Amino acid sequence: MANDATYESYYVPTDSKLPIFASLGIFLTVFGMGNMLNEMKAGVDSSFGSWVLLIGGLVLAATLFVWFSKVIEENHAKLYSDQMNRSYVWGMSWFIFSEVMFFGAFFGALFYVRFFVVPWLGGEGNRVPSDYLFYPDFVGAWPMVDTPDPTRFPGAIEPMGWYGLPLVNTLLLVTSSFTVTLAHHGLNEGNRRKLVGWLALTVGLGIAFLICQVLEYQHAYAELGLTLTAGIYGTTFFMLTGFHGAHVTLGTFMLLVMLFRAMKGHFKPDDCFGFEAAAWYWHFVDVVWLGLFLFIYILGS
Amino acid sequence: MSAIIEEHHHDDHHHGPAKGLMRWVFTTNHKDIGTLYLWFSFAMFLLGGTFALVIRAELFQPGLQLVEPAFFNQMTTMHGLIMVFGAVMPAFVGLANWLVPMMIGAPDMALPRMNNYSFWILPFAFTMLASTLFMEGGGPNFGWTFYAPLSTDFAPPSVTYFIFAVHLMGISSIMGSINVVVTILNLRAPGMTLMQMPLFVWTWLITAYLLIAVMPVLAGVVTMMLMDIHFGTAFFNAGGGGDPVLFQHVFWFFGHPEVYIMILPAFGVVSAIIPTFARKRLFGYASMVYATSSIAFLSFIVWAHHMFTVGMPLAGELYFMYATMLIAVPTGVKVFNWVATMWQGSMTFETPMLFAIAFVILFTIGGLSGLMLSIAPADFQYQDTYFVVAHFHYVLVPGSIFSIMAAVYYWLPKWTGNMYDETLGKTHFWLSFVGVNVTFFPQHFIGLAGMPRRIPDYALQFADYNMVSSVGAFLFGFSQLLFLFIVIKCIKTGKKATAQVWEGAHGLEWTIPSPAPYHTFSHPDEVDLKEAHG
Ligand SMILES: [Cu+2]
Repeated sequence: MANDATYESYYVPTDSKLPIFASLGIFLTVFGMGNMLNEMKAGVDSSFGSWVLLIGGLVLAATLFVWFSKVIEENHAKLYSDQMNRSYVWGMSWFIFSEVMFFGAFFGALFYVRFFVVPWLGGEGNRVPSDYLFYPDFVGAWPMVDTPDPTRFPGAIEPMGWYGLPLVNTLLLVTSSFTVTLAHHGLNEGNRRKLVGWLALTVGLGIAFLICQVLEYQHAYAELGLTLTAGIYGTTFFMLTGFHGAHVTLGTFMLLVMLFRAMKGHFKPDDCFGFEAAAWYWHFVDVVWLGLFLFIYILGS
Repeated sequence: MSAIIEEHHHDDHHHGPAKGLMRWVFTTNHKDIGTLYLWFSFAMFLLGGTFALVIRAELFQPGLQLVEPAFFNQMTTMHGLIMVFGAVMPAFVGLANWLVPMMIGAPDMALPRMNNYSFWILPFAFTMLASTLFMEGGGPNFGWTFYAPLSTDFAPPSVTYFIFAVHLMGISSIMGSINVVVTILNLRAPGMTLMQMPLFVWTWLITAYLLIAVMPVLAGVVTMMLMDIHFGTAFFNAGGGGDPVLFQHVFWFFGHPEVYIMILPAFGVVSAIIPTFARKRLFGYASMVYATSSIAFLSFIVWAHHMFTVGMPLAGELYFMYATMLIAVPTGVKVFNWVATMWQGSMTFETPMLFAIAFVILFTIGGLSGLMLSIAPADFQYQDTYFVVAHFHYVLVPGSIFSIMAAVYYWLPKWTGNMYDETLGKTHFWLSFVGVNVTFFPQHFIGLAGMPRRIPDYALQFADYNMVSSVGAFLFGFSQLLFLFIVIKCIKTGKKATAQVWEGAHGLEWTIPSPAPYHTFSHPDEVDLKEAHG
């Protein structure tokens, strides 16, 4: 640690107008979203909330675009020493850790429901009297296609199987983890054609995954009667796979940006943090999917 | 474009603060941002305190005098939320911003623009949260722990804005903590090892780790609420196969580490102040580090001690009871070390030291009542009574908040270059000390006698102690205006402070002039590590 070569000069950016616009953007986004949801629920026909949401989203997106461009410019202007770059590496790693904990909350909810709540609702354990009084006919089983209160939560006709589209999606994502690694090899070898080619294929696999997920959701709604409001099985299924899908979307977008940057001639073997960050994020998304495939699809159906 | 950046690069070690109000909006300077956090948290402290005084005014006498029960519920809820997320947490982040770079010889926080972003999200979030009080159906009224289904099926419409406000606070905290962790891991002065860092830096490293780990879980649980409310999911509804108790598990998986997030930096502050005024090195530095780490680890595996009466299996009750009791061991190590540091020291009792000693004594009282609450069968009696209120206010007010005040008095000369008025400081301490104990000590008794929390009316036999408690609360509350006066007086007309400020102080922050220059330790070779070990 005390090696003098690791310490060069520090770079502290001067005042910046970016964060206040980003704050305003994120505030308008959530305020608009809240307004929209409350209007929907109250049955009010007004587009105020959606306009605020749209404006907020645009302000946020534009600010982040300028922000990231500025960081890239500063990097190209050689303002960042190796030590400064390590700040970004640490930052991205801890961000991914926070994402792991976010998914952890939903996985935790799934396990708790499956191993405690459903058996208790079915009459096991020390909650027998109350649950017997409320839902005497309910039989606890997983996946839960029949809910305790079918008037409010209609349940599903059939659970989602693991073969078919989910299996295809697993193969797509696992393959994409390899292709992004091959792109990284291309980068390290200074072979830009290899980098761009494999990266483009990775982006393609990401998009293919998302298309398959849309088809899978259509199948669930149209043929299986499996919906978001079907009860806790539908809830956990759609929330976990849905948040994962949102992260795949973000990851694909990050890789797409890296693809454009690679085509513009950015990245050198010793200067490719942006690419590596996107790749780490992609591996994280892949690992989460393997957890989903195991616990939602294989063990859940 | 790059030429412009080069130019900035050359003068950015020399430029001072920008002129005018926009300085505070655009700043990337850790000292400016620290100041912003501290003033923001003080504003929130007064707002949350006002809500507390509404509660205590209503409880001054039995019966309903001042407010409607529905509004009373909004007051208890908003008081808790504002104090936890608006006052205590941002105050500690402000201290981290000011102190961590100066203590480790870093030029600034690692990600200065994101640092500004972390702060400026907060005023938006709390404006949105406070505005719910004026919305149709009123503000959040389900308690700061917002248990489902009170916060889902039976919540006012403003709950949607509450949920998004919590999301914003979470984003702010996560970015702020990533900044702290990265600064500590990557920007320590050349040669400074982890075990040479002052304890305040250590406690903040672990606090930031806890924040990054549990704020996403809080975001998860409010997202589940949002889905249940607006999209018909069944997370917290047994009719769909979910469980309201699931809410409590996820919430307290966040909530228990959260209480350590609010106390670990306080341990760091006290571990800096007591050695200075005892004129000895901190006793048991390494054991302090290990104790802090053990507390952080244990905090993840004890959450259901908040849920003993909810109907857990017996094995769960026993496990969570014993695991919780284990926390007393590392906490005891800390209290022992502080006392051992004072032992045979040549002590003086300036205002920061008074607050620090009061912290050690009163936090220990709060810790011991916590130990009582950890006994599952006894907790069946204490659950949801004023005993619980007394317990956590003892660890939060004379715990966290006293430590923040101690920190402000201790480092104010370094921040402003001026000494505060010692007589007024001591007056503030004694008023606060008496106020806090008069407010919260009687609540132990009314709690054990069975008075439930979060209820605007109570049985006649609780009247005397409630009256005493309310008098204490108003004494404590108005004493804080004196604190405001002392700080302003120090900034405007205080006597000039020396660089060293306190005779017995050690650490890098005391090697630089008072007030601290706008940029400090701008080059890695500027740091003299002999002074480092705090
Ligand atoms: Cu706890």
